[in-house]
Amino acid sequence: MSGQVLVVDHLAVSVAGQQVVEDVSFTVPATGITAVLGRNGVGKTSTLKGVLGLYQRTGEVTLAGERIDALPTHKVVQRGIGYVPEDREVFARLTVSENLALAERQGSATRERREMVDRLFPDLVQRRDQMAGTLSGGQQQMVALARVLLNDNLLLLVDEPTKGLAPLIVEQVIEALRLASATVPILLVEQNLDVVRRLAGDAVVIAGGRVVHTGSASDLLSDELLTQRLLGVHAESGEVRP
Amino acid sequence: MSTIVLLLATGLGLGALYFLVASGLSLIYGLMHVLNFAHGAFLTLGALLGYAAALRLDATSWPGFIASILVGALVGAGVATLTELLLIRPLYERHIEQVLVTVGLSLASVALFEGIWGTDPTFIRGPAWLDETTGILGARVPNDRFVIIGVAALVLLAIVVFLRRTRYGMIIRAGVENRAMVTALGIDVRRSFTLVFAIGGAAAGLGGVLAAHYFGYVSPSLGGSLLIFAFIVTVIGGLGSLTGAAVASVLVALLQQFANYYAGGTGDFVIVLALAGVLLVRPSGLMGKAA
Repeated sequence: MSGQVLVVDHLAVSVAGQQVVEDVSFTVPATGITAVLGRNGVGKTSTLKGVLGLYQRTGEVTLAGERIDALPTHKVVQRGIGYVPEDREVFARLTVSENLALAERQGSATRERREMVDRLFPDLVQRRDQMAGTLSGGQQQMVALARVLLNDNLLLLVDEPTKGLAPLIVEQVIEALRLASATVPILLVEQNLDVVRRLAGDAVVIAGGRVVHTGSASDLLSDELLTQRLLGVHAESGEVRP
Repeated sequence: MSTIVLLLATGLGLGALYFLVASGLSLIYGLMHVLNFAHGAFLTLGALLGYAAALRLDATSWPGFIASILVGALVGAGVATLTELLLIRPLYERHIEQVLVTVGLSLASVALFEGIWGTDPTFIRGPAWLDETTGILGARVPNDRFVIIGVAALVLLAIVVFLRRTRYGMIIRAGVENRAMVTALGIDVRRSFTLVFAIGGAAAGLGGVLAAHYFGYVSPSLGGSLLIFAFIVTVIGGLGSLTGAAVASVLVALLQQFANYYAGGTGDFVIVLALAGVLLVRPSGLMGKAA
């Protein structure tokens, strides 16, 4: 594999005929965590959904050397992209074990991976027969992460995994992402700059539907002026705000 | 007392027919967000070809009756599958066009059936036992009611087992909740669309054969007349909820029967009032997902 697992070139994304991402180009290295940053509403989530094909898109998206921009979502995912959506989106009326069973892709999920997920999220083992809709937000996030870790992926798209979670659960999520990133690259949308600082090697900043900065995440977050200008926040203050 | 028992038995029989039609409508809407106006055509064709099969064997024999049920279900499933593959799938995500095509198919199929079988109803015969009655608490209940209720209960059980115990059932349940997320797990949800249409069509075709025995005739307009009430049942039960469809089928049919008997034949009017009431108080239906 080359240095990049994902190449996004002139991606434009529309929702219900309204263009929400104008022209986004960036690459994701084949190792580590790359953070997608930007103020609220700039198109970070839409960019991830555009890569997946959940929203209508134009432009080129290449995964491990293969063009995937003409593929429907389920085939993009089958090529090896795992998606953890904003707000978890677990199936509330399915049990935890049904949520996980549904996520297992044929030939991708193995016993070793199931055991790894069980070790990582022991709480889910105990709650196997519980309806996912009755879990706490943190437990639902565990289900959402477990769904992608069950499969052998080339890339994970993770959208605001710490949003609305208690500090203790945020630590668990950080640990899970750190472990996962040892074997699979992650493209991470995250508003919590402390989480970005601890996890991300690279950063892509989006503003007004375009990429306005790419580079090292630590360099960006250590430059107060740049952080203030691009994200509208002091790096030490924690969260990107509108 | 005997009148109440008779109204209950007749209402439950009618409710069973409503359920056989509404179960498919509800599953199809829940998963695909398509209001399938062609569902009545599946029912009518199932009834017409089912009875034709029964006549070939001997309509008054049990083998003939069983054959008509099997043929009705198979015809319903086959036509529904073709409808999904040829007409609905090319219009994926274009809900208004999908609804319009089902309306067109519904109108065209009635005209086609009238051209083939004529506009007059054909009075049907079945095994003698179905036309006889059984005494319950002083009421003489027609035996066909027991068969219809039993078959609908078996269909409900079969669908529940399928939804709970199979991977496709799991995909359908998940798809009713969040179709986009199912595709984001790498699952081609369109395959389950075809399956849901086939299951709904089979239930409707089966319902068509049983409806012909309930009313005593089969005609090209049979499906259309039942479809209206099935839609009301589906909305009252909650679009996408199988349990809601089952509960609402029984409630609507019983209300209709009792209003017809005790309120001067106002059954149809009363259930439209009930529909309006449910929509005002609980727009998502009795067991539907809140918007």
